[in-house]
Amino acid sequence: MKLLNCPINGVRPVSEFIFGGEFREMPDPSKATDSDWAAYVFYRDNAPGVKKEWWFHSPSGTWFIAERNTATDEVLATYLFGKKPAESTV
Amino acid sequence: MPLRLLKYALNREYKEPRFFRDCQTPKETYDAVIIGGGGHGLAAAYYLAKDHGITNVAVLEKGYIGGGNTGRNTTIVRSNYLTPDGVNFYDASVKLFEGLSEELDINLFYSNRGHFTLAHTESAMRTMRWRAEVNKHVGVKSRVVGTDEISMACPQLDISCSGKAPIQGALYHEPGSIARHDAVAWGYARGADSQGVEIFQNTEVQSIDVRDGKVHGVQTNRGYIKTGKVLSAVAGFTPRICKMVGLQTPIVIHPLQACVTEPMKPWLDTILVSGSLHVYVSQSSRGELVMGASLDPYEFHSTRSTFDFVEGLTSHIADMFPFLSNVKVVRQWAGMADMTPDFAPIMGKTPIEGFYLDAGWGTWGFKATPISGKTMAATMANDKAHDLIHSFRLSRFEDYELTGEKGAASVGH
Repeated sequence: MKLLNCPINGVRPVSEFIFGGEFREMPDPSKATDSDWAAYVFYRDNAPGVKKEWWFHSPSGTWFIAERNTATDEVLATYLFGKKPAESTV
Repeated sequence: MPLRLLKYALNREYKEPRFFRDCQTPKETYDAVIIGGGGHGLAAAYYLAKDHGITNVAVLEKGYIGGGNTGRNTTIVRSNYLTPDGVNFYDASVKLFEGLSEELDINLFYSNRGHFTLAHTESAMRTMRWRAEVNKHVGVKSRVVGTDEISMACPQLDISCSGKAPIQGALYHEPGSIARHDAVAWGYARGADSQGVEIFQNTEVQSIDVRDGKVHGVQTNRGYIKTGKVLSAVAGFTPRICKMVGLQTPIVIHPLQACVTEPMKPWLDTILVSGSLHVYVSQSSRGELVMGASLDPYEFHSTRSTFDFVEGLTSHIADMFPFLSNVKVVRQWAGMADMTPDFAPIMGKTPIEGFYLDAGWGTWGFKATPISGKTMAATMANDKAHDLIHSFRLSRFEDYELTGEKGAASVGH
Protein backbone atom coordinates (compact mmCIF):
# COMPACT_ATOMS: atom_id res chain seq x y z
CA MET A 1 0.00 0.00 0.00
CA LYS A 2 1.45 3.35 -1.04
CA LEU A 3 -1.65 5.53 -1.11
CA LEU A 4 -4.66 5.85 1.14
CA ASN A 5 -7.92 7.67 0.51
CA CYS A 6 -8.65 10.13 3.30
CA PRO A 7 -12.42 10.82 3.40
CA ILE A 8 -11.72 14.58 3.78
CA ASN A 9 -8.52 15.16 1.76
CA GLY A 10 -8.69 12.48 -0.91
CA VAL A 11 -5.86 10.19 -1.99
CA ARG A 12 -2.63 10.92 -0.10
CA PRO A 13 0.72 9.10 0.35
CA VAL A 14 0.51 6.51 3.11
CA SER A 15 3.44 8.16 4.93
CA GLU A 16 0.97 10.92 5.95
CA PHE A 17 -1.16 8.42 7.87
CA ILE A 18 -0.86 6.75 11.25
CA PHE A 19 -2.33 3.33 11.99
CA GLY A 20 -4.69 3.44 14.97
CA GLY A 21 -5.43 -0.25 15.45
CA GLU A 22 -8.51 -2.37 15.00
CA PHE A 23 -11.88 -0.69 15.60
CA ARG A 24 -13.47 -1.92 18.84
CA GLU A 25 -16.92 -1.26 20.27
CA MET A 26 -16.27 0.40 23.63
CA PRO A 27 -18.26 -1.03 26.51
CA ASP A 28 -19.88 1.47 28.90
CA PRO A 29 -17.00 2.28 31.31
CA SER A 30 -19.36 2.78 34.23
CA LYS A 31 -20.95 -0.64 33.79
CA ALA A 32 -18.11 -2.79 32.36
CA THR A 33 -16.40 -5.28 34.67
CA ASP A 34 -12.59 -5.36 34.85
CA SER A 35 -12.46 -8.39 32.57
CA ASP A 36 -14.83 -6.79 30.01
CA TRP A 37 -12.54 -3.79 29.97
CA ALA A 38 -9.41 -5.97 29.58
CA ALA A 39 -11.09 -7.74 26.67
CA TYR A 40 -11.87 -4.37 25.06
CA VAL A 41 -8.37 -2.97 25.58
CA PHE A 42 -6.26 -6.06 24.88
CA TYR A 43 -7.94 -9.15 23.50
CA ARG A 44 -8.66 -9.63 19.78
CA ASP A 45 -8.28 -12.46 17.31
CA ASN A 46 -5.95 -10.53 14.96
CA ALA A 47 -5.80 -13.35 12.45
CA PRO A 48 -5.39 -12.04 8.88
CA GLY A 49 -8.52 -10.99 7.04
CA VAL A 50 -10.71 -7.96 6.32
CA LYS A 51 -10.62 -5.71 9.38
CA LYS A 52 -12.24 -2.44 10.36
CA GLU A 53 -9.46 -0.13 11.54
CA TRP A 54 -8.84 3.37 12.85
CA TRP A 55 -6.49 5.49 10.73
CA PHE A 56 -5.33 9.07 11.28
CA HIS A 57 -4.41 11.60 8.59
CA SER A 58 -1.70 13.45 10.45
CA PRO A 59 -1.41 16.77 8.49
CA SER A 60 -5.14 17.47 8.80
CA GLY A 61 -5.85 15.73 12.11
CA THR A 62 -8.57 13.50 10.64
CA TRP A 63 -9.48 10.22 12.33
CA PHE A 64 -11.43 7.86 10.09
CA ILE A 65 -12.30 4.19 9.52
CA ALA A 66 -10.63 1.99 6.87
CA GLU A 67 -11.76 -1.47 5.91
CA ARG A 68 -8.57 -3.27 4.98
CA ASN A 69 -7.51 -6.83 4.25
CA THR A 70 -4.56 -7.40 6.61
CA ALA A 71 -3.35 -10.38 4.55
CA THR A 72 -3.14 -8.59 1.18
CA ASP A 73 -3.01 -4.92 2.26
CA GLU A 74 -5.98 -4.02 0.02
CA VAL A 75 -8.16 -1.18 1.28
CA LEU A 76 -11.83 -1.82 0.51
CA ALA A 77 -13.32 1.40 1.87
CA THR A 78 -12.51 4.48 3.95
CA TYR A 79 -15.11 6.69 5.63
CA LEU A 80 -15.63 8.93 8.64
CA PHE A 81 -16.81 7.26 11.82
CA GLY A 82 -20.58 6.77 11.74
CA LYS A 83 -20.80 7.46 7.98
CA LYS A 84 -20.48 3.91 6.75
CA PRO A 85 -21.44 3.57 3.08
CA ALA A 86 -24.41 1.33 2.31
CA GLU A 87 -22.40 -1.19 0.21
CA SER A 88 -19.92 -1.86 3.05
CA THR A 89 -19.76 -5.47 4.18
CA VAL A 90 -17.71 -5.43 7.39
CA MET B 1 38.35 -26.99 0.20
CA PRO B 2 38.48 -29.51 3.04
CA LEU B 3 39.68 -32.95 1.95
CA ARG B 4 36.55 -34.49 3.45
CA LEU B 5 34.40 -32.55 1.00
CA LEU B 6 36.55 -33.68 -1.94
CA LYS B 7 36.17 -37.27 -0.79
CA TYR B 8 32.39 -36.91 -0.90
CA ALA B 9 32.54 -35.30 -4.31
CA LEU B 10 34.27 -38.40 -5.69
CA ASN B 11 32.01 -40.85 -3.88
CA ARG B 12 28.69 -42.06 -5.25
CA GLU B 13 27.14 -42.08 -1.80
CA TYR B 14 26.98 -39.11 0.53
CA LYS B 15 28.00 -40.61 3.83
CA GLU B 16 27.75 -37.55 6.06
CA PRO B 17 25.02 -38.34 8.60
CA ARG B 18 21.84 -36.28 8.43
CA PHE B 19 21.24 -33.79 11.23
CA PHE B 20 17.87 -35.35 11.92
CA ARG B 21 15.79 -38.19 10.52
CA ASP B 22 13.56 -37.54 7.54
CA CYS B 23 10.22 -38.26 9.29
CA GLN B 24 7.23 -38.66 6.96
CA THR B 25 4.45 -40.55 8.75
CA PRO B 26 3.49 -39.44 12.26
CA LYS B 27 2.60 -41.98 14.93
CA GLU B 28 -0.96 -42.15 16.21
CA THR B 29 -0.17 -40.61 19.60
CA TYR B 30 2.47 -38.34 21.09
CA ASP B 31 2.96 -37.18 24.67
CA ALA B 32 3.44 -33.66 23.32
CA VAL B 33 3.15 -31.92 19.96
CA ILE B 34 5.09 -28.74 19.24
CA ILE B 35 3.78 -26.52 16.45
CA GLY B 36 6.64 -24.59 14.86
CA GLY B 37 10.11 -25.90 14.02
CA GLY B 38 12.00 -22.70 14.72
CA GLY B 39 14.62 -22.22 17.40
CA HIS B 40 12.04 -21.91 20.18
CA GLY B 41 10.02 -25.01 19.26
CA LEU B 42 13.10 -27.16 18.68
CA ALA B 43 14.70 -25.95 21.91
CA ALA B 44 11.52 -26.83 23.81
CA ALA B 45 11.60 -30.32 22.26
CA TYR B 46 15.29 -30.70 23.14
CA TYR B 47 14.79 -29.73 26.81
CA LEU B 48 11.60 -31.81 27.11
CA ALA B 49 13.73 -34.83 26.22
CA LYS B 50 16.91 -33.83 28.06
CA ASP B 51 15.58 -32.30 31.29
CA HIS B 52 12.30 -34.16 31.69
CA GLY B 53 12.75 -37.48 29.86
CA ILE B 54 9.73 -36.80 27.62
CA THR B 55 10.92 -38.12 24.25
CA ASN B 56 7.65 -39.13 22.57
CA VAL B 57 7.37 -35.68 21.02
CA ALA B 58 6.56 -34.47 17.49
CA VAL B 59 7.67 -31.10 16.13
CA LEU B 60 5.43 -29.97 13.24
CA GLU B 61 6.88 -27.39 10.86
CA LYS B 62 4.85 -25.94 8.00
CA GLY B 63 7.94 -25.12 5.92
CA TYR B 64 11.54 -26.06 6.74
CA ILE B 65 13.18 -25.75 10.15
CA GLY B 66 14.55 -22.36 11.10
CA GLY B 67 12.94 -20.75 8.03
CA GLY B 68 10.75 -18.30 9.94
CA ASN B 69 11.90 -15.60 12.32
CA THR B 70 14.77 -17.81 13.55
CA GLY B 71 16.43 -17.25 10.16
CA ARG B 72 15.26 -13.64 9.72
CA ASN B 73 16.53 -11.84 12.83
CA THR B 74 19.76 -9.86 13.17
CA THR B 75 21.22 -12.48 15.58
CA ILE B 76 21.92 -10.17 18.54
CA VAL B 77 22.06 -11.73 22.01
CA ARG B 78 21.91 -9.41 25.04
CA SER B 79 20.31 -9.09 28.46
CA ASN B 80 20.37 -5.32 29.15
CA TYR B 81 16.64 -5.06 29.74
CA LEU B 82 14.68 -2.64 31.89
CA THR B 83 12.65 -4.70 34.37
CA PRO B 84 14.32 -7.09 36.86
CA ASP B 85 12.10 -9.94 35.56
CA GLY B 86 13.24 -9.28 31.99
CA VAL B 87 16.92 -8.93 32.92
CA ASN B 88 16.90 -12.18 34.93
CA PHE B 89 15.18 -14.06 32.11
CA TYR B 90 17.45 -12.85 29.29
CA ASP B 91 20.55 -13.20 31.47
CA ALA B 92 19.71 -16.89 31.96
CA SER B 93 19.49 -17.12 28.16
CA VAL B 94 22.87 -15.46 27.60
CA LYS B 95 24.43 -17.92 30.08
CA LEU B 96 22.92 -20.88 28.20
CA PHE B 97 24.12 -19.42 24.88
CA GLU B 98 27.69 -19.18 26.19
CA GLY B 99 27.88 -22.96 26.65
CA LEU B 100 25.62 -23.94 23.79
CA SER B 101 28.18 -24.65 21.05
CA GLU B 102 29.76 -27.26 23.30
CA GLU B 103 26.48 -28.71 24.51
CA LEU B 104 25.03 -29.10 21.00
CA ASP B 105 28.40 -29.93 19.43
CA ILE B 106 27.96 -27.41 16.64
CA ASN B 107 29.88 -24.21 16.00
CA LEU B 108 27.36 -21.42 16.57
CA PHE B 109 30.01 -18.76 15.79
CA TYR B 110 28.97 -17.25 19.12
CA SER B 111 30.93 -14.04 19.09
CA ASN B 112 31.08 -11.77 22.13
CA ARG B 113 31.26 -8.22 20.73
CA GLY B 114 30.05 -5.81 23.39
CA HIS B 115 26.85 -3.87 22.73
CA PHE B 116 26.42 -0.09 22.67
CA THR B 117 22.94 1.42 22.86
CA LEU B 118 23.56 4.98 21.71
CA ALA B 119 21.71 7.87 23.35
CA HIS B 120 21.23 11.08 21.38
CA THR B 121 19.09 13.01 23.87
CA GLU B 122 19.04 13.72 27.59
CA SER B 123 15.86 11.65 28.03
CA ALA B 124 17.51 8.70 26.28
CA MET B 125 20.50 9.07 28.63
CA ARG B 126 18.08 8.90 31.54
CA THR B 127 16.70 5.56 30.29
CA MET B 128 20.28 4.28 29.84
CA ARG B 129 21.14 5.18 33.45
CA TRP B 130 17.95 3.47 34.59
CA ARG B 131 18.74 0.31 32.62
CA ALA B 132 22.35 0.32 33.84
CA GLU B 133 21.24 0.48 37.48
CA VAL B 134 18.64 -2.29 37.08
CA ASN B 135 21.21 -4.44 35.26
CA LYS B 136 23.90 -3.89 37.91
CA HIS B 137 21.40 -4.66 40.66
CA VAL B 138 20.63 -8.03 39.07
CA GLY B 139 24.33 -8.69 38.38
CA VAL B 140 24.45 -8.04 34.63
CA LYS B 141 27.42 -6.13 33.24
CA SER B 142 26.03 -2.87 31.88
CA ARG B 143 27.22 0.67 32.44
CA VAL B 144 26.76 4.14 31.02
CA VAL B 145 29.74 5.36 28.99
CA GLY B 146 30.71 8.71 27.45
CA THR B 147 31.48 9.53 23.85
CA ASP B 148 35.25 9.06 24.42
CA GLU B 149 34.74 5.38 25.20
CA ILE B 150 32.40 4.93 22.23
CA SER B 151 34.98 6.52 19.92
CA MET B 152 37.69 4.28 21.31
CA ALA B 153 35.61 1.17 20.61
CA CYS B 154 34.42 2.37 17.20
CA PRO B 155 36.62 5.14 15.76
CA GLN B 156 34.73 5.03 12.44
CA LEU B 157 31.53 6.30 14.04
CA ASP B 158 30.68 9.97 13.44
CA ILE B 159 29.78 11.03 17.01
CA SER B 160 27.79 14.01 15.69
CA CYS B 161 25.85 11.71 13.29
CA SER B 162 26.39 14.22 10.46
CA GLY B 163 25.26 16.97 12.83
CA LYS B 164 21.72 15.67 12.91
CA ALA B 165 21.61 13.82 16.23
CA PRO B 166 24.87 14.18 18.20
CA ILE B 167 25.57 11.19 20.44
CA GLN B 168 25.67 12.07 24.15
CA GLY B 169 26.63 8.69 25.55
CA ALA B 170 25.62 5.06 25.53
CA LEU B 171 24.65 2.06 27.57
CA TYR B 172 27.54 -0.40 27.21
CA HIS B 173 26.63 -4.03 27.72
CA GLU B 174 29.69 -6.26 27.81
CA PRO B 175 28.00 -9.67 27.23
CA GLY B 176 26.31 -8.47 24.00
CA SER B 177 27.01 -11.05 21.27
CA ILE B 178 26.00 -12.33 17.87
CA ALA B 179 25.53 -15.95 16.78
CA ARG B 180 24.77 -17.95 13.64
CA HIS B 181 21.01 -18.17 13.99
CA ASP B 182 20.23 -21.09 11.67
CA ALA B 183 22.89 -23.18 13.42
CA VAL B 184 20.97 -22.70 16.67
CA ALA B 185 17.87 -24.25 15.10
CA TRP B 186 19.87 -27.06 13.47
CA GLY B 187 21.81 -27.78 16.63
CA TYR B 188 18.66 -28.09 18.71
CA ALA B 189 17.03 -30.18 15.97
CA ARG B 190 19.90 -32.67 16.00
CA GLY B 191 19.98 -32.71 19.81
CA ALA B 192 16.23 -33.36 20.02
CA ASP B 193 16.22 -35.94 17.22
CA SER B 194 19.06 -37.95 18.77
CA GLN B 195 16.97 -38.31 21.92
CA GLY B 196 13.94 -39.61 20.01
CA VAL B 197 11.98 -36.47 19.12
CA GLU B 198 10.46 -36.65 15.62
CA ILE B 199 10.65 -33.58 13.39
CA PHE B 200 8.15 -33.28 10.54
CA GLN B 201 8.85 -30.65 7.91
CA ASN B 202 6.26 -29.55 5.34
CA THR B 203 3.63 -30.45 7.92
CA GLU B 204 0.89 -27.92 8.48
CA VAL B 205 -1.53 -27.92 11.39
CA GLN B 206 -5.02 -27.44 9.94
CA SER B 207 -7.05 -27.51 13.13
CA ILE B 208 -6.72 -28.29 16.82
CA ASP B 209 -9.16 -30.66 18.46
CA VAL B 210 -10.42 -28.94 21.63
CA ARG B 211 -13.32 -30.49 23.55
CA ASP B 212 -14.57 -29.47 27.01
CA GLY B 213 -11.80 -26.88 27.29
CA LYS B 214 -9.10 -29.48 26.80
CA VAL B 215 -6.75 -30.35 23.92
CA HIS B 216 -7.26 -33.84 22.45
CA GLY B 217 -5.21 -33.72 19.25
CA VAL B 218 -4.24 -31.86 16.10
CA GLN B 219 -5.30 -32.33 12.49
CA THR B 220 -2.43 -32.01 10.01
CA ASN B 221 -1.93 -32.53 6.30
CA ARG B 222 -0.30 -35.84 7.31
CA GLY B 223 -3.34 -36.98 9.29
CA TYR B 224 -4.76 -36.72 12.80
CA ILE B 225 -2.38 -36.88 15.79
CA LYS B 226 -3.65 -37.65 19.30
CA THR B 227 -2.01 -35.68 22.09
CA GLY B 228 -2.91 -34.03 25.37
CA LYS B 229 -0.28 -31.30 25.17
CA VAL B 230 0.27 -28.80 22.37
CA LEU B 231 2.82 -26.00 22.36
CA SER B 232 2.36 -23.17 19.88
CA ALA B 233 5.77 -21.64 19.06
CA VAL B 234 4.95 -19.98 15.76
CA ALA B 235 5.78 -16.27 16.23
CA GLY B 236 3.98 -14.39 13.43
CA PHE B 237 1.45 -17.18 12.90
CA THR B 238 0.29 -17.14 16.55
CA PRO B 239 -3.06 -15.40 15.88
CA ARG B 240 -3.94 -18.05 13.28
CA ILE B 241 -3.13 -20.92 15.68
CA CYS B 242 -4.94 -19.19 18.56
CA LYS B 243 -8.01 -18.77 16.35
CA MET B 244 -8.09 -22.57 15.94
CA VAL B 245 -8.60 -22.94 19.70
CA GLY B 246 -10.77 -19.82 20.08
CA LEU B 247 -8.25 -17.92 22.16
CA GLN B 248 -7.87 -14.14 21.95
CA THR B 249 -4.56 -12.43 22.70
CA PRO B 250 -3.19 -8.87 22.52
CA ILE B 251 -0.76 -9.90 19.76
CA VAL B 252 -0.63 -7.70 16.64
CA ILE B 253 1.48 -8.71 13.63
CA HIS B 254 3.78 -6.11 12.08
CA PRO B 255 6.46 -6.86 9.46
CA LEU B 256 10.02 -6.29 10.65
CA GLN B 257 12.63 -5.80 7.96
CA ALA B 258 16.40 -6.26 7.81
CA CYS B 259 19.16 -6.24 5.21
CA VAL B 260 22.85 -6.96 4.67
CA THR B 261 25.56 -5.15 2.72
CA GLU B 262 28.20 -6.67 0.52
CA PRO B 263 31.05 -8.24 2.55
CA MET B 264 33.87 -6.02 3.74
CA LYS B 265 37.13 -6.52 5.62
CA PRO B 266 36.47 -6.68 9.36
CA TRP B 267 36.25 -3.16 10.82
CA LEU B 268 33.25 -3.18 13.17
CA ASP B 269 33.76 -5.44 16.15
CA THR B 270 31.00 -4.08 18.38
CA ILE B 271 27.22 -4.09 18.07
CA LEU B 272 25.74 -0.60 17.73
CA VAL B 273 22.12 0.31 18.34
CA SER B 274 20.47 3.69 18.05
CA GLY B 275 16.88 4.09 19.15
CA SER B 276 16.65 7.65 17.83
CA LEU B 277 18.01 6.77 14.37
CA HIS B 278 16.08 3.45 14.31
CA VAL B 279 19.16 1.39 13.50
CA TYR B 280 21.01 -1.63 14.78
CA VAL B 281 24.14 -2.84 13.07
CA SER B 282 26.86 -5.45 13.50
CA GLN B 283 29.38 -7.08 11.18
CA SER B 284 28.90 -10.79 10.60
CA SER B 285 31.72 -13.31 10.49
CA ARG B 286 31.33 -13.22 6.69
CA GLY B 287 32.03 -9.49 6.68
CA GLU B 288 28.55 -8.28 5.80
CA LEU B 289 26.99 -5.51 7.82
CA VAL B 290 23.77 -6.93 9.24
CA MET B 291 21.31 -4.08 9.72
CA GLY B 292 17.79 -3.73 10.98
CA ALA B 293 15.36 -0.94 11.70
CA SER B 294 12.05 -0.44 13.44
CA LEU B 295 8.78 -2.18 12.70
CA ASP B 296 6.70 -1.43 9.67
CA PRO B 297 4.11 1.13 10.78
CA TYR B 298 0.92 -0.92 10.55
CA GLU B 299 -0.46 -4.42 10.98
CA PHE B 300 0.23 -6.67 8.00
CA HIS B 301 0.55 -10.46 7.73
CA SER B 302 3.26 -10.70 5.09
CA THR B 303 7.01 -11.04 4.64
CA ARG B 304 7.28 -8.59 1.75
CA SER B 305 10.12 -6.06 1.70
CA THR B 306 9.85 -2.40 0.81
CA PHE B 307 12.06 0.23 -0.78
CA ASP B 308 11.02 2.72 1.93
CA PHE B 309 12.77 0.55 4.48
CA VAL B 310 16.19 0.40 2.77
CA GLU B 311 15.99 4.06 1.86
CA GLY B 312 15.29 5.12 5.46
CA LEU B 313 17.74 2.71 7.05
CA THR B 314 20.67 3.45 4.74
CA SER B 315 20.26 7.21 5.16
CA HIS B 316 20.62 6.76 8.93
CA ILE B 317 23.57 4.39 8.52
CA ALA B 318 25.23 7.00 6.30
CA ASP B 319 24.68 9.61 9.05
CA MET B 320 26.55 7.37 11.50
CA PHE B 321 29.19 6.12 9.05
CA PRO B 322 29.53 8.58 6.13
CA PHE B 323 32.30 6.44 4.55
CA LEU B 324 29.74 3.66 3.90
CA SER B 325 27.85 5.73 1.33
CA ASN B 326 29.30 3.71 -1.57
CA VAL B 327 28.70 0.30 -0.01
CA LYS B 328 25.92 -1.72 -1.59
CA VAL B 329 23.00 -3.42 0.08
CA VAL B 330 22.85 -6.90 -1.43
CA ARG B 331 19.88 -8.53 0.27
CA GLN B 332 16.80 -7.54 2.24
CA TRP B 333 13.98 -9.52 3.80
CA ALA B 334 11.18 -9.33 6.37
CA GLY B 335 9.69 -11.41 9.13
CA MET B 336 6.32 -11.22 10.85
CA ALA B 337 6.83 -9.86 14.35
CA ASP B 338 4.17 -10.80 16.92
CA MET B 339 4.07 -7.60 18.98
CA THR B 340 2.62 -7.27 22.47
CA PRO B 341 1.54 -4.03 24.17
CA ASP B 342 4.27 -4.20 26.84
CA PHE B 343 7.13 -5.50 24.64
CA ALA B 344 7.43 -8.72 26.65
CA PRO B 345 6.57 -12.26 25.50
CA ILE B 346 3.45 -14.26 26.31
CA MET B 347 4.54 -17.60 27.71
CA GLY B 348 3.04 -20.45 29.67
CA LYS B 349 -0.38 -21.92 30.27
CA THR B 350 -3.64 -20.74 28.74
CA PRO B 351 -7.30 -21.12 29.75
CA ILE B 352 -7.37 -24.21 27.48
CA GLU B 353 -6.03 -27.26 29.29
CA GLY B 354 -3.02 -28.70 27.47
CA PHE B 355 -2.56 -25.69 25.17
CA TYR B 356 0.66 -23.81 25.88
CA LEU B 357 1.81 -20.56 24.32
CA ASP B 358 5.33 -19.42 23.51
CA ALA B 359 4.50 -16.23 21.65
CA GLY B 360 4.66 -12.47 21.60
CA TRP B 361 8.31 -12.57 20.60
CA GLY B 362 8.01 -9.44 18.48
CA THR B 363 11.48 -8.09 17.83
CA TRP B 364 13.23 -9.80 20.77
CA GLY B 365 12.87 -13.56 20.24
CA PHE B 366 16.20 -14.92 18.99
CA LYS B 367 18.19 -14.03 22.10
CA ALA B 368 15.66 -15.92 24.24
CA THR B 369 15.80 -19.18 22.25
CA PRO B 370 17.60 -21.37 24.84
CA ILE B 371 15.80 -20.09 27.93
CA SER B 372 12.36 -20.08 26.33
CA GLY B 373 12.91 -23.71 25.30
CA LYS B 374 14.03 -24.63 28.79
CA THR B 375 11.25 -22.83 30.64
CA MET B 376 8.50 -23.94 28.24
CA ALA B 377 9.68 -27.55 28.51
CA ALA B 378 9.50 -27.29 32.31
CA THR B 379 6.06 -25.65 32.08
CA MET B 380 4.74 -28.43 29.83
CA ALA B 381 6.29 -31.25 31.86
CA ASN B 382 4.94 -30.00 35.21
CA ASP B 383 1.81 -28.28 33.88
CA LYS B 384 2.88 -25.30 35.97
CA ALA B 385 4.56 -22.10 34.77
CA HIS B 386 8.31 -21.98 35.41
CA ASP B 387 9.24 -19.29 37.97
CA LEU B 388 11.24 -17.27 35.40
CA ILE B 389 8.21 -16.79 33.14
CA HIS B 390 5.51 -16.08 35.72
CA SER B 391 5.38 -12.39 34.82
CA PHE B 392 5.03 -13.23 31.09
CA ARG B 393 1.75 -15.15 31.52
CA LEU B 394 -1.19 -14.44 29.20
CA SER B 395 -3.45 -13.55 32.14
CA ARG B 396 -1.24 -10.56 33.07
CA PHE B 397 -3.40 -8.43 30.78
CA GLU B 398 -6.68 -9.12 32.57
CA ASP B 399 -4.79 -8.77 35.88
CA TYR B 400 -3.53 -5.36 34.66
CA GLU B 401 0.03 -6.40 35.53
CA LEU B 402 1.87 -5.48 32.35
CA THR B 403 5.66 -5.67 32.43
CA GLY B 404 6.78 -2.29 31.06
CA GLU B 405 9.70 -3.51 28.96
CA LYS B 406 9.19 -1.05 26.12
CA GLY B 407 12.15 1.18 27.04
CA ALA B 408 14.53 -1.74 26.51
CA ALA B 409 13.40 -2.57 22.98
CA SER B 410 16.11 -1.58 20.53
CA VAL B 411 14.17 0.65 18.22
CA GLY B 412 10.53 -0.39 18.30
CA HIS B 413 9.17 2.86 19.70
